[in-house]
Parts: sequence; C-alpha cells; structure tokens
Amino acid sequence: MQFDNEARVFFSAKSENESFARLFAAGFLTQLDPTISELTDVKTAVSEAVTNAIIHGYENQTGMVELFCGYAGNHIYIEVADKGKGIENVEQAREPLYTSKPEMERSGMGFTIMETFMEHVRIESKVGEGTRIFMEKTLAKE
Amino acid sequence: MELKFKRKNKTLIIQISGEIDHHTSTELRRQTESALEQMGGRNIIFGFQEVTFMDSSGIGVMIGRYKQIQSLGGRIAIACPNEKVEEIIRLSGLSRLLPSFPTLNEAIAYAEGRESDAV
Repeated sequence: MQFDNEARVFFSAKSENESFARLFAAGFLTQLDPTISELTDVKTAVSEAVTNAIIHGYENQTGMVELFCGYAGNHIYIEVADKGKGIENVEQAREPLYTSKPEMERSGMGFTIMETFMEHVRIESKVGEGTRIFMEKTLAKE
Repeated sequence: MELKFKRKNKTLIIQISGEIDHHTSTELRRQTESALEQMGGRNIIFGFQEVTFMDSSGIGVMIGRYKQIQSLGGRIAIACPNEKVEEIIRLSGLSRLLPSFPTLNEAIAYAEGRESDAV
C-alpha cells in the first residue's frame, strides 16, 4: 500500500497512554482537515483498539502497543497491534455486548464501536502471538 | 477528568469534566462509589455537559452503577450528553436503562419520578 503520508509509534501498554494514542492519531490526521465528528470517530475507534490491547492483549502486564496512521488521498488507515495473548474466537469477540472480562465492568462494545465509527475493520489474531486491528475510513471532501 | 459531587434530595449529581476512557473510568468508579457511601442518595445523575470524550469504558462504569442503584430501588440518568456520547449509549442498547436528557432539571425530574415537572 502506497501512502501519501504515514506515522508509526510504539508505546507501553499502560492505560495512561490511551489519551496519548488518541491525540497522536488526531494530530496526524488533522492534516486532512477532517470534521470534528470524523476526528471524534477516529479517536473513539483508536481508544477502543488500544484499550483492548492493554486489557485483553497484555492483561495489564508489560508490553508494547503499536499504532500506525496513514492516508492516501482522503482515505485513512489505522492499525493497532499488540504481541499479547491473542484472541481465541474473533467472531465471538466481535459480537455486541460480549466481554471476556465482565468482572472489570467492561461493556463488550469495543468492536461494535470500531465497526460503527470506521467503515472497515479487519482483525488478525493468533493465540500466543498477538492481535492486529486494521481500520479504514474515507473522509468526506467538501 | 474532574468530578464534582452534589446531593439534591435523594439524588447524587456527578458533574464530569474531561475525558472518560479505560484509564479515567477507574477513578470515576472509585469516586462515585465513595460519594454514594459518604453522601448517600438513591438515584444518580451523570452530568455530561463538560465531557469532551467517552469510549465504551464509560458505558461499563454506568452499567455497573445502574446495577448498584437498581438494588436500592433508584434510577440513573445522564444529563446533557453530546451527540457522540448519545450514539455510544444508543449502540449499547442501554437508552432505556440509562436515559439521556438535554438538561439537568429534566434528568433530576426523571430520577425523582416526577417527569411531568421537567420543563
């Protein structure tokens, strides 16, 4: 894939870095002059993916999360990856309200929100190796 | 994220400002539980006027508080959410359990079971 511009960052799987990840994605994509609503959609989807990496991928243990942002024209690409435990059943994880951690008061809405706020979401996951989430969205051009 | 607590009749009003995510939701949960214990109240209203961002972690906290308040026979409501917060609540299918109101007064009226007073 050839991007017009791209940026990649790695950060510790700490909940403090969730807001950093949102700001990184929003700051990079501001170059495309998105609407506030589009920017909030991307920030929310990034927040959900990064939170999943921290809580489910690494289960709050040490690890690094990778965040990639790129665009070609007005089409944006986001990837969030971890090298954590991986998802055993991706289809089940995508179901609305499904959570493997109800004791942590998780709503089970993470993937549903990613799929609603972005146009395309693809999940690659291998148990014991980690998870990579690919998200795409086309920004409206005036 | 900053929280301000106020008790009005049987309702605990929690004004939230800033961002609600997995990181800040831990504090939101802890402080809400502590305020319920210290200030009392049968109902909870989350004031969202100054919330700039919320992801599904916020929904998790509110479901948890809904269960707690329901056991006391109370109600829970959200006041002044922005469009995106409303969309997240709607997506979670919880609009009926966690109703949203455009003003704090309407949310208080609902929580106290006098919806007809809310103007």
